[in-house]
Amino acid sequence: MPINETLSRYSDWLYTTAAAIYVVALMMTLIEQGFGAKGRLAMERAQRRSRELVGAGGPPVEEAPAAPREVGRPERIGRMGASLLVLGALLQLSAIVLRGLAVHRAPWGNMYEYGMAVTFITVVTWLVVMGKFPVRHLTGFLLLPVVILMFVNGTMLYTIAAPVQPALQSYWLVIHVSAAIIGSGVFLVPGVASVLYLFRAAHDKDNTKFARFAPKLPAADVLDRIAYRTTIFAFPVFTFGVLCGAVWAESAWGRFWGWDPKETVAFIAWVVYAAYLHSRATAGWRGARAAAINIVGFAAIVFNLFFVNLVTAGLHSYAGVG
Amino acid sequence: MTTTEAPPAAPKPHHTPVKRTFAFLRNTWRGLTSMRTALVLLFLLALAALPGALLPQRKLNAPKVDEYISAHGWWGTLLDQLEFYDVYSSIWFSAIYLLLMVSLVGCLTPRSFEYVKAMRAKPVLTPRNLARMPHYRPGRGAATADVATVIAAAHQQLSGWRRIEREEDGGVRTISAERGFLRETGNLVFHFSMLGLIVFFALGKLFGYEGQVIVQADGSSFCNAGIYNYDSFNAGLRVDGTDLNPFCVKVNDFTARYTASGQPDYYHSNIEYQSGPDLETGTWRPYGLEVNSPLRTAGDRVYLLGHGYSPKFTVTFPDGSQRTQSTQWRTVDPATMLAEGATKFDQPGITDEVQRRTRQLAITGLFAPTAFLHGTVLTSSAPEAKDPAVAVDVLRGDLGLDSGRGQSVFEVDQSRVDDGRLKKVARQNLEVGQEIKLDDGTKIRFDGVGQWVSLQVSHDPTQGFVLGFAIAMFVGLGASLLVKRRRLWVRVKPGTEDDPSTVIEVAGLARTDQAGYGEEFHRVSERLLGGQKG
Ligand code: HEM
Repeated sequence: MPINETLSRYSDWLYTTAAAIYVVALMMTLIEQGFGAKGRLAMERAQRRSRELVGAGGPPVEEAPAAPREVGRPERIGRMGASLLVLGALLQLSAIVLRGLAVHRAPWGNMYEYGMAVTFITVVTWLVVMGKFPVRHLTGFLLLPVVILMFVNGTMLYTIAAPVQPALQSYWLVIHVSAAIIGSGVFLVPGVASVLYLFRAAHDKDNTKFARFAPKLPAADVLDRIAYRTTIFAFPVFTFGVLCGAVWAESAWGRFWGWDPKETVAFIAWVVYAAYLHSRATAGWRGARAAAINIVGFAAIVFNLFFVNLVTAGLHSYAGVG
Repeated sequence: MTTTEAPPAAPKPHHTPVKRTFAFLRNTWRGLTSMRTALVLLFLLALAALPGALLPQRKLNAPKVDEYISAHGWWGTLLDQLEFYDVYSSIWFSAIYLLLMVSLVGCLTPRSFEYVKAMRAKPVLTPRNLARMPHYRPGRGAATADVATVIAAAHQQLSGWRRIEREEDGGVRTISAERGFLRETGNLVFHFSMLGLIVFFALGKLFGYEGQVIVQADGSSFCNAGIYNYDSFNAGLRVDGTDLNPFCVKVNDFTARYTASGQPDYYHSNIEYQSGPDLETGTWRPYGLEVNSPLRTAGDRVYLLGHGYSPKFTVTFPDGSQRTQSTQWRTVDPATMLAEGATKFDQPGITDEVQRRTRQLAITGLFAPTAFLHGTVLTSSAPEAKDPAVAVDVLRGDLGLDSGRGQSVFEVDQSRVDDGRLKKVARQNLEVGQEIKLDDGTKIRFDGVGQWVSLQVSHDPTQGFVLGFAIAMFVGLGASLLVKRRRLWVRVKPGTEDDPSTVIEVAGLARTDQAGYGEEFHRVSERLLGGQKG
């Protein structure tokens, strides 16, 4: 079937608009983080809540309702930023759907489409996290890598809408790649949370460090919990994605595992996240070291997302830059 | 699992060397199987795998490795000596994963014993002060129900839990209940399956092989009868190539479809195959070979890896004898399928060796499926054979075909051109049907083009086991990450004279650090308490 160029053009516009909206949301939520009383407030609330969570392992229903104190201008801006985030996510979703309609297949057959879907999953994950933890004012920190990735993706990796190679014409494209997308997309969230954790933990140890920035972050164990919970969601999904990739490779490339660069880096990321899970059960490794391992995992995921396709010539690179 | 380090053994003077050796071994073992070591080894594994993604690997692309080495001088050679181009079969990579496996076994064995013990153990005593537990709800039973009734109802509510009832002073009765053993089960299943996966992966590497072969898509056939039938063959250490699974494949045609922009959209090759009893009866069975659907027969798999063109030339020698050949040329640009190669001819009927060696012919140059000329320079503008053309040099002389040195089917031995044993006698562009006349009257006609496919035969006797372990591993991982271990206690006190209804307390504790038990506790305690009211 021919490519529907109109739809694909609309998809491109929506993608660009979503990215622009994320930039605005980023700035708005940074204002809240920077100037809001909310920062302090959230911090207190988070501490209270984390005490509850540690003790009770409690669900959100047990949370004491936040004291409805007077809402300042930065908070209002932050709230608007969060609404814009939702709007941006909807536009990005439309961009993905239109792309799929334009090419009559799952819209993740090349790097550009893949990057578009991964960043979407990251944003959606963050929306879910925001629903469970009082972290709206941190949205800017999350959006920073998202916007950078979207920019690189939309400029350097942009690929015109086209059908895919015969090797990619398989239902495994849907299964394997969507698992990889969800896994990688979610993994970006604990990466950001872990970076913030390191700031916060450094400040808790020595409160002259990051004295202006860190106190506005949620308590360290809230950040740790966000990182852990998102990681244990993403890890099995990612594992599933890698396993499906092996099953697909067995029928497409003649072997289920061949240390192709993309396979290798996925393996590395997997091992790093396994190390992260272990570190949380190892005396002396919880906390900052675990967070550092999670950040290494984040690096591996981003590396796998772009670098492997751009620089090395493996079998996966035909899903590449077009 | 040991999360703390073993206490240093106090040195005692009367220790014999045997004892000291024993202590050393024991400490080494403890160290190796500690969680911290596992963590470090995991890190090392990730680190050690990295060069394989950054440097060219011999298994994947041997020519690129040679290129890399020559481009990087002593540094490239050093990396070669350190096995950096064969990372995954290197000594250091193997050492890390072997250590990790030892650590895993050492870690899993005691855990399995503990697991069995824990399965048999009774749920812990009910704490004296339940109100101190992270989840706690007090309540009252119905006026009509005595302690026994309430307890019996609670047992019913907790039917999925492992539980034990105990009695305390003053007619007080308690239930301790536990749930979530599946977590530990899952964790053990996960780690053991991973062990199995690694072992069977390695066995597959020992007993498996992969061979690549190019077959003309004109009804030519290929039989898996020995290594020499292949163009390249990679085998595990335990494969000597003598008894490969017997089967034959005949390639009847190959079809490629492209989009308007020249991107391939569809590959299909009609083949026939025979294996098992079909080999005796001579029966051929048809199969449509495609990229994502290999032929699976006789325990092996046959894949369609690639394709290309074989230009067809007919040579009419001065004595009137004719020879036609269609040899595979190799694709140099996958986007336009421009190909290069060498088709070699030996004039028939010449018995004198010396004379024969002056009269061999090679047609070398470029083939374009859709010709596009810049002046006289031939390129291809599309991958389909819409307007095929060749730009060839004809060489005459001694090709060295029987010099004993193997030579590539895609090119002539350049040294023979350099030292004059092969001379260029013509250069011309040809379209289908056109011909070249040589000075001695030999005519060379370009007749058209055939296609070839490259097939890969893969044999891996253990991949089914690897898949089985992978699935078990995934299931185990799911259980170990999603199931929460949790405890629940119920204490029922008889009522007093004034207030005859029983006093019920429910408390809970999650033993793993995932939150989320609160919702379940809320639900269960609601039922336990609610069920008594009314
Ligand atoms: C081949 C290397 C290994 C890999 C890839 C690996 C992977 C994993 C993964 C993904 C988990 C997460 C499941 C969970 O949190 O329950 C886990 C948990 C665990 N692993 Fe391993 N493992 C390896 C080796 C080991 C070794 C050598 C030990 C013992 C020293 C070990 C002990 C444990 C323990 C105790 C847990 C449970 C931790 C917890 O409850 O969070 N693992 N492992």
